[in-house]
Amino acid sequence: MIRLFANAKYDFIKWRRVAFSVTGLIMLVGAIDLVARGLNYSIEFTGGTLMQVELHKRVPTEELRASLDRVGLNGAEIQTFGSDTSYVIRARMARAAGAAEAPTGQAAADSQAVGAAVGRALDQSVGAGQYTVVRTESVGPKVGRELQSKALMAILLSFVVTLIYLAVRFEWRFGLAAVVATAHDVVATIAFLSVMRLEVSLIVVGAVLTVVGYSLNDTIIIFDRVRENLRKYRRQNLYEILNLSINETLPRSVLTHGTTIATTLSLLILGGEVIRPFAWVMSFGIFTGTFSSIYIAAPVLLWIEKRWPGEDARGARAFGSRPAATPPVSAPPAAPSSPSARTPQPAR
Amino acid sequence: MDKRIRNRLWIIAGLVGLSIVSLVPRNTKQRVIDPQTGRMKDTTVRRLPINLGLDLQGGIHLALEVDQTKGPVPDCADAIQRAERVVRTRIDEFGTTEPVVQIQGRCRLIVELAGEKDPARAKSVIQRTAFLEFRITDMKGQFKDALPQIDAALRKAGVKSTGAAAPSAVAQLFGGDTTKAARDSAAEANTPGVLSALLFQGQLPGEFLVEEQKWPLVDSLINRPDVRTAIPRGLELRWGAQTESRGARAYRALYAVESRPIITGEELVKAAARRDPVTNGSVVTFQLSHRGARKFSDETARHIGDYMAIILDSRVQGQPPVIRSQIGANGQIELGSKPLQEASDLALVLRAGALPAPLTIVEERTIGPSLGADSIHDGIRAGAVGVALVILIMVGYYRMAGALAVAALTLYCLFTLAGLALFGFTLTLPGMAGFVLSIGIAVDANVLIFERIREELVHGKSLRLAVDDGFLHAMNAIVDSNVSTVLTALILYAVGTGPVQGFAITLIIGIAASMISAIFVVKTLFLIWLNRRPDMVTLSI
Repeated sequence: MIRLFANAKYDFIKWRRVAFSVTGLIMLVGAIDLVARGLNYSIEFTGGTLMQVELHKRVPTEELRASLDRVGLNGAEIQTFGSDTSYVIRARMARAAGAAEAPTGQAAADSQAVGAAVGRALDQSVGAGQYTVVRTESVGPKVGRELQSKALMAILLSFVVTLIYLAVRFEWRFGLAAVVATAHDVVATIAFLSVMRLEVSLIVVGAVLTVVGYSLNDTIIIFDRVRENLRKYRRQNLYEILNLSINETLPRSVLTHGTTIATTLSLLILGGEVIRPFAWVMSFGIFTGTFSSIYIAAPVLLWIEKRWPGEDARGARAFGSRPAATPPVSAPPAAPSSPSARTPQPAR
Repeated sequence: MDKRIRNRLWIIAGLVGLSIVSLVPRNTKQRVIDPQTGRMKDTTVRRLPINLGLDLQGGIHLALEVDQTKGPVPDCADAIQRAERVVRTRIDEFGTTEPVVQIQGRCRLIVELAGEKDPARAKSVIQRTAFLEFRITDMKGQFKDALPQIDAALRKAGVKSTGAAAPSAVAQLFGGDTTKAARDSAAEANTPGVLSALLFQGQLPGEFLVEEQKWPLVDSLINRPDVRTAIPRGLELRWGAQTESRGARAYRALYAVESRPIITGEELVKAAARRDPVTNGSVVTFQLSHRGARKFSDETARHIGDYMAIILDSRVQGQPPVIRSQIGANGQIELGSKPLQEASDLALVLRAGALPAPLTIVEERTIGPSLGADSIHDGIRAGAVGVALVILIMVGYYRMAGALAVAALTLYCLFTLAGLALFGFTLTLPGMAGFVLSIGIAVDANVLIFERIREELVHGKSLRLAVDDGFLHAMNAIVDSNVSTVLTALILYAVGTGPVQGFAITLIIGIAASMISAIFVVKTLFLIWLNRRPDMVTLSI
């Protein structure tokens, strides 16, 4: 039997200040980057037209850019996509309106205009029939704005639902701690998106929400053990129980994160260009989700319990009626080594 | 064998059987265009009953809204509902496999055509308003008489005449000669008018020609509010559909027509495309309803000798023909040298009826079939490597128990695919990513259970008790964590569109399948294992 981290007794909670500082630093860097450069939103959110073209021969990017400028698509964004004959061209439709020939003034939101202009540019620089348009996406600005608010709503809604579910299944303190940890993951992921210059598309938002679910999953596994241990070891304080629970679930964490990281890395390396941003977010999300379950959720729970101490934290509500004979935890003079969780204690 | 195990095996066999049945390739009907006749016909295709999303098989996704730029549409929900019926009829005849036409929200129409190779044509068929009407041209020359007033209005508004190159009067055009255009005496007396300088009198009453380059300018002039009020009551201006060349120059016709149509496309019952044997041009012939035919013949009887413009979507088709005699139920629209396919598309949209309001595309995605094939290929490769790694980790760490979990994982894959097929959900690229990801997550339940069993064994419990308690004690964590994941996936499904919904669906089905395979199937395998080896002292876990 191979046993990794069997009977581990690491004092995880002791490092909470270091962990807070590290994550705070990362977020600070992310926030500065976010303010300085902003997120790289896909055309789904900004509105615009994207065309992916496959060239049959190599053409320098500068030449493509020059030909796009000639047809009036100034400021179009050109990127290679996977191989050096595959390009993604992004253009805002409003900018292309000048190139449009439609007379009735309705061309402002017309993808056909951009498509035709790109076609002309490619005919010039690459030659007709020497390229294939493999993907076109165009989104009006109205739809983009709708999607932005929808994505934000989805993330907030998932927080609310989680809070309610955990409040019902566990206890509100657990729910709040889990939501704080998950919010940390969302913020950290956004910082990651900003620093990595990943394009924020609808699929990436989906990945962020999956990270939310995954991180929550992980937090719940640890909290479930906390709930159980709180009942089992009534004399130990929350600090010790949190450490114990994290250590007990450590083998599971290593195994599960190992298998998921194996699949996301194979997606990242082999899954192709289209889902690569998704795979990036997921891979990062597994790290931050694991980190936050241990170093954010547990310390925050400890802090919440100190701030608002209560019987409920011992899982009274989650387990229905408690045996009446159970004495209040803090009532007997506690052994000096293990003061009760209910009495405020100096931070360690 | 234990009766309990037998019952469990029956249930598993039943589930596997159901999954296999739902995944067997089956015959499905598809409507395709017969290459010989050009008509739609049904063919049967044998294929896996899993729908591939547009991003995997290629195709076009459109979101359309009522175009409000040319005037507000009071009830967009009603307009979209009527538009949906029209678009559905058109698409059904257009011939793509399993088209999706649905209303999203209140005022948005989603059209998805899988495997469509000509997106431009599909778009024009969907977007075409196809509002057909017949109007008499300005026989009395009222518009021409009003031109000086319009010029005066423009001068008052401070609009300057543009080119000196333009002939400075309303010019009569004879044949192909533009340089010797005779000058209209009435206009010559005045200073050159802003608008009249740009218009040449055509051959028919109410017909004017505009140089092709000046077309956008003239269009902006006649759409000015002050010009609109100066146009005589009962008249409207309509552009011709095509450019016409006179001599070396290209012109576009502008027609002054009566505001009141003598008949509209609502009365049309049949339309067909054909090639005119004499001119070799494309022609759409149509037939009017009984009521429409009567109205049409009444109106044409009153207008013998007048010119009638055939207006489709506000553009005059061809040159207005003169009405020689009463016209009954049948008529035709000449498209000139346009290809026959365009004529048959026009016939199609005329048959399906006009859209209640023009539609504008607010979102469009076109995925080439090659990109979709690449995505499938990459996804399968990534999935295979991911699965191999998971098997390696599980068997390497948990030995025999890990092998049982891997065996259950194959059932997990089967159940998930069957779930997609059974409920008719669509597999998208993010869905495939979700599937690969959920393989990693699917073993989480087994990891939780196995770790529990190990703990129980360390606590000195007997094998059987340790296995039972391990499954029992892990349940709480498994259920809570999976329910919360399903909740986020449900939100994704509710808020997301297309690809994201595909991802959420795959995730939800995957979680359900992993619950069955990781808990029920693995427990059964454990029971069989323990039953076979009652003397076993140490568990290979």
